Formats: sequence, C-alpha cells, structure tokens
Amino acid sequence: MIDEIGHFALVLALLVALVQASVPLYGAARDNAPLTAVARPAAIAQFALVALAFLSLVHAFVVSDFSVSIVAENSHSDMPLLYKIAGVWGNHEGSMVLWVLILTFFGAGVALFGGNLPPTLQARVLAVQAMIGAGFLAYILYASDPFIRIVAPPDGNGLNPLLQDPGLASHPPCLYLGYVGFSMAFSFAIAALIEGKVDAAWARWVRPWTLLAWCALTIGITMGSWWAYYTLGWGGFWFWDPVENASFMPWLAGTALLHSALVVEKRDALKSWTILLAIVTFSLSLIGTFLVRSGVLTSVHAFAVDPRRGVFILGLLTIAIGGSLALYAARAPRLAPSGLFAPVSREGALVFNNLLLAACAATVITGTLYPLFVDALGETKISVGPPFFNLTFTPLMVPLLIAVPIGPMLTWKRADLLGAVQRLWAAGVAALLAVLAGWYIHSRGPVFAVLALGLAAWLVVGAAVELAERLKLFRAPLSESWHRALHLPRSNFATALAHAGLGITLAGVVSTAIWRVERIQTLHPGDVVDLAGYAVRFEGVVPHPGPNFEGQRATLVVTRDGLPVAVMQPEKKHFPVANQDTAETSIHTTGFADLYAALGDPDPRGGWVVRLYYSPLAPFIWFGGAMMFAGGLVSLTDRRFRIGAPARQRARAAVEPRPATAGD
Amino acid sequence: MKPKRKRLIFVTVGVAILGVAVGLMLYAFQGNITFFMSPSDIAADKAKPTGTIRLGGLVEKGSIERGPGALVTFKVTDLSHDIRVVYKGILPDLFREGQGVVTEGKLAPDGVFHASTVLAKHDAKYMPPEVEAALKKSGHWGDADQKKYGAEAGVAMDGQGAKP
Repeated sequence: MIDEIGHFALVLALLVALVQASVPLYGAARDNAPLTAVARPAAIAQFALVALAFLSLVHAFVVSDFSVSIVAENSHSDMPLLYKIAGVWGNHEGSMVLWVLILTFFGAGVALFGGNLPPTLQARVLAVQAMIGAGFLAYILYASDPFIRIVAPPDGNGLNPLLQDPGLASHPPCLYLGYVGFSMAFSFAIAALIEGKVDAAWARWVRPWTLLAWCALTIGITMGSWWAYYTLGWGGFWFWDPVENASFMPWLAGTALLHSALVVEKRDALKSWTILLAIVTFSLSLIGTFLVRSGVLTSVHAFAVDPRRGVFILGLLTIAIGGSLALYAARAPRLAPSGLFAPVSREGALVFNNLLLAACAATVITGTLYPLFVDALGETKISVGPPFFNLTFTPLMVPLLIAVPIGPMLTWKRADLLGAVQRLWAAGVAALLAVLAGWYIHSRGPVFAVLALGLAAWLVVGAAVELAERLKLFRAPLSESWHRALHLPRSNFATALAHAGLGITLAGVVSTAIWRVERIQTLHPGDVVDLAGYAVRFEGVVPHPGPNFEGQRATLVVTRDGLPVAVMQPEKKHFPVANQDTAETSIHTTGFADLYAALGDPDPRGGWVVRLYYSPLAPFIWFGGAMMFAGGLVSLTDRRFRIGAPARQRARAAVEPRPATAGD
Repeated sequence: MKPKRKRLIFVTVGVAILGVAVGLMLYAFQGNITFFMSPSDIAADKAKPTGTIRLGGLVEKGSIERGPGALVTFKVTDLSHDIRVVYKGILPDLFREGQGVVTEGKLAPDGVFHASTVLAKHDAKYMPPEVEAALKKSGHWGDADQKKYGAEAGVAMDGQGAKP
C-alpha cells in the first residue's frame, strides 16, 4: 500500500513539475503576477511529493518488503539498518529518486528563502528547475520505476559487500548533492538568458548555490577516494577510472565556475563566459550521472540491454544540453558588454585559471569518452588508463598551480605582476627549501617529483603569505594585525584555506605515487619483513567470524628499532549470501605516513600472501581535500552572503537573501 | 593598451592553451591506448603484440597454481584457445576459477602473458563485457554458465564498487 502511495506521489510530482515548468514562464513573460506566483507553491509541493515517494521507498527497504523488486535485489533481512537504508541508493532506480529528491530540495530552497529575488527571475529559475525535474520524473516513471512489484522471494540478494561500508553509504548522497547542486547555477543561467540580464547581483545569488554544490562534490570525491584506498587493498587512491572521472569533470568545471562568478560579482565582467560555464558544468554533471548510471561505461552494448533507458537518456541529454546551448547562442551576444581589465590583473589571473581548468576538463572528457566512441564505431576495444591522464592532465595543471598563489596577490583591473611575485618571496624560498630537502632525502627520486613537492610548498606558503599580507602580519603592531583579522572578510580566509589544501593534497599525491615502498610476500608465522625502517612480524591468521560473513584475521606486529609501533590486523571476509570475498585492510597512520597491510590468499604450505605498503604523506591527500571543503564552507559564511546581495533596485536592499543551506 | 589588443592577448593565450592540450592528447593517444584481445585473437595474430595489452577470458578451471612466493599462474581461456598468465601479487577478491577476468600486461616471446594488473571489474554475478564479446566471438557463449550479465550489475552503488 505504502509503495503504491509512493508511486502515485511520483506521478503527481511529475504533473506538478509540468505546471511549474510552463505556467510561471508564461506569467513572467506576460507580466501576470498571479501566474508567476504559481512557481513557489509548486516547487514546495513538488519537493513534498518526491520526499513522500522517497520515504516510502526507504520504508520498503527498512521493513524488507521483498515484494518490491529493487528491495529483493539489493537488500537482505540480515543486513544492519544503516546498509538497508543505504541500499535505497545502492541501485539504479532508487538512486534516480534520490537525485530528483535533491533537485526538488534545491527548488524548494529557492522558493522558501529566495524572497529577495526579483519575482520574475525567481519564477523563471523555478520553471527551469522544474523542467529538469519533469524530465527526470518522466524517466523514472517510464524507464526505471522503483516500485515494481514481484512475487516476494523468501529473502533478498543482499547489497554488494564491497558497498557495505559507512563511508560508502554516505558517499553517493554527497556526490549527488554536488551534481544536482550545479543545477541551481544552470537554472539561474538559463533564467538570466531568458531575462537577458546578468549583473553583480545575479552573480551574488548564484555563488552560494555553486559553492554549496562544489563543497559537496569535493567532500564526495575525497570520501570516494579514501574508500577506494582503504577497502580495495591496492593502496591506490585514484585510478582514473571512468566512474571517478565522471565526478571529476564537473568538479573541474565547477571550480572554474566558482572563480569566474567571482569576476562577475566583483567586476561585472566575464558574464557570457560564466553563463556558458554554468551550462557546461551542469551538462557534465548530467553526463556524469548517466555515464555511471546507464551502464554505457561497462559497454556501449550494455545500452542495448534496456533500449528504452538508453534512448530516453540520450533524448534528455540532447534536449538539456542542446537546448541550453542554443538559447545561449541566441541570447548571449545581447548581454551588456563586460567591464574592462588589463591582461595582468586579478581578472586576468582568473581567466587564466578558467582556461587551464577548462583545458584540464577537456582532456579528462576526451580520455573518458574516447574508448566509448571507438567501441561504438567498430569491433576494437581499447582502454585509456592512467598513463594517458598523467601525460595530458599533469602538464596542464603545472602552470595553473604555479599561478594559484599569484592570483590573489594581484589587484583588480590592473596589477603589478613583479610586485606580486616579490611579495611572495617567502613562498619561493620555502619551495626552494622543499626541493632541496626532497632532493636530499630521496636523492634517487625523479626530478619532476621533487619539483612537484616544491610546487606543493609554494602553494601552501603562498596561501599563508597572502593572508599575512592582508593582515600586515609582522609589519604592523600585533594589535593592528589582530584588528585586521577580525575585520577581514571570511572569503579571504576561505581562499587561503582552499589553496593551501590544494598544495597539501598535491604533496600527498606526489610522495605516495613516487616514494611508496611496497612488499608483497608469502609469510609464515614468525616471519619478519623490513618495510622502510619498520620491522613487521607476521604472527599468523585466526578465524574471526562476523554477523553476515566469515572472516580470517591476520596479526602483524610492527616495531621500529625494537620499540613497538603498532599491531595491525588486516582481514579477509567471505560473504556467503553474495558468495563474495572482500579484504579489510589495516592502516596505521602517523599523520605523515601510512603503514598499510592487506591480507591475500593462503598458499598450500601454510603461508599467507601479505601486501604491505609504506606510503609517505598519504594522509595529506584526504586532509587537503577536507581543507578545500572547509574553505568552501568558510566562504559560504562570508559576510556578503549573510548580509545579502545588493538588490537590483535600492528599495529591495533591505531584504536578506537566505539561501536555505548557507548555514549562517 | 587598446581593448582590441587586450582581446588579442586573451585569445592568443586561450588558443595556445587549447593547442597545448590538443597536442598533449594526440601525443598521449599514440602510446597509451591499451587494446583488448582474447586468447583466440592472440592465436590468430601472427605478429604477436609487443606492447601492453589487455587479455580477457575465463579463468580455466583447475589451472591456478600458487608459488613460489607471491607468484600465481593461471590460464585464461575463451574455450577455443588459452594462454598461460603469470602474475605476482594478491589477486582481487573477485578472482575465481571459471569466472571472467581481464588482465593487463605484456606477452613474452615464449607465449606466456606477464600480467602487471589483474582486474576484476565486476561483481560475482557479472561478466566483463569484453569477455562476453570474446566468448561470443569464439562461439562458446552459453557454454560458460553465467547467470546474469548486464548493464547494472557492474555499476552497483555509484559504480565505485567496480574498480580494480
């Protein structure tokens, strides 16, 4: 019964979305206030209906109602509650409902808290948002209905054991929050194109939503990479797998969007480019969702398994991307000409950032989609792996990273590049020292890796110097610096935090990739392995049963110079329901390096294959990601978002825009 | 500086970056594309591949030998031809006799495939699409008792589960 209500709610939501997508647009075009006003209640109703459908799906999973097809396929009565709920989005149909839920959540946010938006702009934003919603709701109802009933089997198939992990249970919602969050930037861009007006106020309304989406995507990617690191047992954290690239492409474009929206906001320039970026970012989110969800990635032929889905997806993508680009082509030239600036200026630096990020995104897109094209064209099957991305993505990142600390030092409109670089002398010295230190410690290390460490130091110290300059630290009395710190906009701290985080991540990535020590050996109880100065003694393996798996746990005692360091207990688990094995790695971290152990298979003579890694600076990778995330959050609390955007007319200036999630 | 000249600078820088990106991609595409081959493809191909390739098929039943050390050898078959694979390291959790596997590495002159990576890009009920295609080509599709293969099995959750 509850499932039928959920299904019915989805149908109603589709109808509401259709109304919301059409009536307010007409009303706004005709200056008809009552019709325009339809948008707000419709957006709230649409959210409520989708939430109802989602909750009934959650209910089906929680009570293990196996008469619902996707519950039977993805859940099991033995699973802990957390994974039963995670099972809702651990499958295609349920994840699409989550997608639309987040979409309508953002729509309702604009309806409830966008009170100071001009009514026509708000109506148009909500109408565009509803168009996306209608497309997806139709797709769910037509081609991936989550409420399909079957004759209930005695028990379900269970969730893939690899996915039964707290980190991964929350990873997809974070990614979706990011993907779908960019829909707000998209809707604002389309609405602005319809209105024919883009100004600083517009940018200020768009930025919090973009920031929020960017934060969610950043932490989502960070968590996904952390999960891959500790569960897959390979010690790797990024594989340039198409699935990862699918989330990385919108992240690159979204990062560019964040920076270019800044120029629109502060300097009223780069409008047309920002609109285009908003469209592209959301298009990449759509492509990312579908690459992962449709099965195209595993094979273009998998598309044919359910042609209805494939065709519908392609249709949606074509309409959304083609339509918005066509509108852009028609309307963008009419946007008022941009403010002027010299090539060497803050704006110029942000343009440089945008160009490089766009080029990076383009290489990732090409590498991800090229095998699909080749596969679609003929019999040849190819794959494009890390070497391709190392050769294309990395060289493009280098100039960008060099420029990161310089950008914030430049002044708007026209700047003195030499002066900015001179003020960064401390960062330059630090970078040089890092290179020398890297050279000294790892003299065998490749030159580019040592230089990359220097680049990381340049980023971190550059961010600190930038902040110190603004506070006049050590140049003015400490009390004055303190006073300045209290009054410095939080976005300055946010910039420094995020840019330093980038440097920290870079340091982690480089040293893990280059200086990781690996030992793969068959060990017998009592064997000792030397691992980068640590002595690892293998004590043996004992059975370690769990609620829904059979486990084998090894014990490794780690000492250094005879002093105990850690006891590591990697495990191997066998899940009988899924007939699948997973490995549970054991990681001992010092904060500056990770010791990493994974248990392999037994050999007939009583030994066990054990994989051991010593990864210097590995924790930095995720720590840096968390810093970037924190930077985004701090920026969200910036005064200008709390106090409010300058309204277009002075009269509206008093009202405060309170984006639902800005968290003030 | 005149606006026209400024625009020229931006366009030049933009075109230069784009050109570098395209150049890098073309260069990288030359040496870094890995072709997929089945044991039958390798048997049919007189000029044996010298670079890195992906070899896929089923793990032949009873062919797995362990040792010495962490060395593992097994045979990859498409039920018409088979190839011996040598790999050092821990096999992925999903590696099993009779199931699909994709390995990446180089073919030695003696016909033994030295794998640097063994991919198990699938869950227990799923067949890698390349392997499925290879089996169909060798005419043994259906001999392999696979229950289910399809679009979704491999992309459970957000697909992260499908990594090597």
